[in-house]
Amino acid sequence: MAADAIITVEHMRTGFGAQVLFEDLSFGVARGEVFVILGGSGCGKSTLLKHLIGLYSPWSGSIDIAGMELVTADEATRLAILRRIGVMYQQGALFGSMNLIENVRLPLEEFTRLPDAAVEAVALAKLKLVGLDRFAFHMPSEISGGMRKRAAIARAMALDPEILFLDEPSAGLDPITSAELDELILQLRRSLGITFVVVTHELASIFAIADRVIMLDKETRGIIAEGPPARLRDESRHPFVRRFFHRQAADAPAA
Amino acid sequence: MPDAADRPATAEVRIVADGADLVLAGRLDAAGTAAVWVPAMAAVQKGGSLTVDAAGITYCDGSGVALLGALRAGAAGRPFAIRGLQPGFQTLVDLVGEVAPPAVPAAPRLGPISRLGHAAYAMGGEAKRQVAFVGETLVYLTEAVRRPGRVRWSDFFLTLEAAGVRAVPIMVLMGFLIGLIMAFQSAIPMRRFGADLFVADLVSLSLLRELGPLMAAVMLAGRTGSAFAAEIGTMKVNEEVDALTTMGLVPVRFLVVPRVLAAIVVMPFLAMLMNVAGLFGCLVVMMSLGYPPVTFFNQLVGATTHLDLLGGLFKAAVFGLLVGGVGCMRGLQTTTGAAAVGESTTRSVVSGILLIILADGLFAVLFFYLDL
Repeated sequence: MAADAIITVEHMRTGFGAQVLFEDLSFGVARGEVFVILGGSGCGKSTLLKHLIGLYSPWSGSIDIAGMELVTADEATRLAILRRIGVMYQQGALFGSMNLIENVRLPLEEFTRLPDAAVEAVALAKLKLVGLDRFAFHMPSEISGGMRKRAAIARAMALDPEILFLDEPSAGLDPITSAELDELILQLRRSLGITFVVVTHELASIFAIADRVIMLDKETRGIIAEGPPARLRDESRHPFVRRFFHRQAADAPAA
Repeated sequence: MPDAADRPATAEVRIVADGADLVLAGRLDAAGTAAVWVPAMAAVQKGGSLTVDAAGITYCDGSGVALLGALRAGAAGRPFAIRGLQPGFQTLVDLVGEVAPPAVPAAPRLGPISRLGHAAYAMGGEAKRQVAFVGETLVYLTEAVRRPGRVRWSDFFLTLEAAGVRAVPIMVLMGFLIGLIMAFQSAIPMRRFGADLFVADLVSLSLLRELGPLMAAVMLAGRTGSAFAAEIGTMKVNEEVDALTTMGLVPVRFLVVPRVLAAIVVMPFLAMLMNVAGLFGCLVVMMSLGYPPVTFFNQLVGATTHLDLLGGLFKAAVFGLLVGGVGCMRGLQTTTGAAAVGESTTRSVVSGILLIILADGLFAVLFFYLDL
């Protein structure tokens, strides 16, 4: 893999029960890029993401995050890895019993020795970054789905991670809110140099943000295409990739 | 005469040389299809070729399409044709094709030994997770005692309020009634022996040693253990527990410890409340029997020792640990979906009460051998 890779997955094999999901998965994510994981519904995009953040363990193979091996990591290494990543879950997964600023404060209170006033300021700054400072004292149930996702990004960024994992950021959002979220991702990458790993299947979003994509496939249990999205759209010969980028139904004749 | 398009569906079967002709006519909607389904399917059973004359069909919706699809599937392998169906409906029928349930691959039939093995493996996995949970909880409870600064006290006090303060009225009511009922029921037979004075001994001893802690714990399992399971289960379903884990926070330390601590702390108070309310209930019955309060008080002091009371309150704290712990464990074991939360809640109450009774039995044996 490239020398500047921040995530390196090698020969990962995994699945559920007796069912194999990925046979031999290898790929790398370069520092500072927006890396998008694509694939049809049910091909294991979110599951792959959960492997990368250590919620699931693969059957075999290795996952290297920022120079540390995740699969065989002991508790201290695992914590060290987790400190360098942030995750936004599909529905935001904000803690329902806390308001927005308490949600963002939580990791700061748990992992830093900042005085209380500083924690408050940092949390407010993160909320301001995603445009939600006015809603700091709202509960998650009192704001819209798009705002909840932005708040979740603010919480994921609380400890200034090097990598942000986003699970379907634009799912269930209108095109305008979705475009705003894309803009936010690009801005954070530009100004803070964060590496993004994004699971999505919104075409517009992919072309707006992705530097590089991989396309997963249920049938071959692996990666069927890898590269910048525009190149895949224009040059790929794989029928599934072509259909995906040209929004064609499965039985339509390949263009 | 009704409009032709509104005519209900009819089916007519004609036997021909090599099979059957089925003439369908009228409005093939849900009502019409229901009327012709049985005779139409009977035509398929006759064997040989099947020709459906559909020229008379004036309307055909999803039900009609399903009927034609089922006929096609029933005639599989034999000559089958639909004639005269309007092109718009025909497109729909072609799109659906045969309507037959997909072949479900039969699960491999296991012998009794394999099934026993699978069951044992599943139970072993469950037992392992429970042991791991108990161990993890104890580790973090010990840590909470040694380094109280790391406990989330806000959660602790919230739980204390929900499980304790808000339970006061119901606990008082239940305790009072239990004392009242027990005293009343035992007064009737004991009066025949002239021993109704000792109703006070009986009720106070059984309340302090057994019933106070036990009933308070059952109430806690129903009110609070279930709430723990539902709360943590919902967090699990909403990926909030995953979010905690990926933040590097341990769900047991974060969610379980404050709740279990609150349950342990609140239980002796609830049991004491139950005791006092129950004794008042007993007092009411005693006074109705003609004994003054001071007599009741003297009997109470004579019958019970402070060890009875303290033993009961200690038991109550242990019950709190069990009920709180099992509630949180069921919550964390929640799989996915709203139904899973309901299941966890039920399981938390059932296993909570079961554990209380088991522990109470153990305490009875223990106190007997310790001469308490």
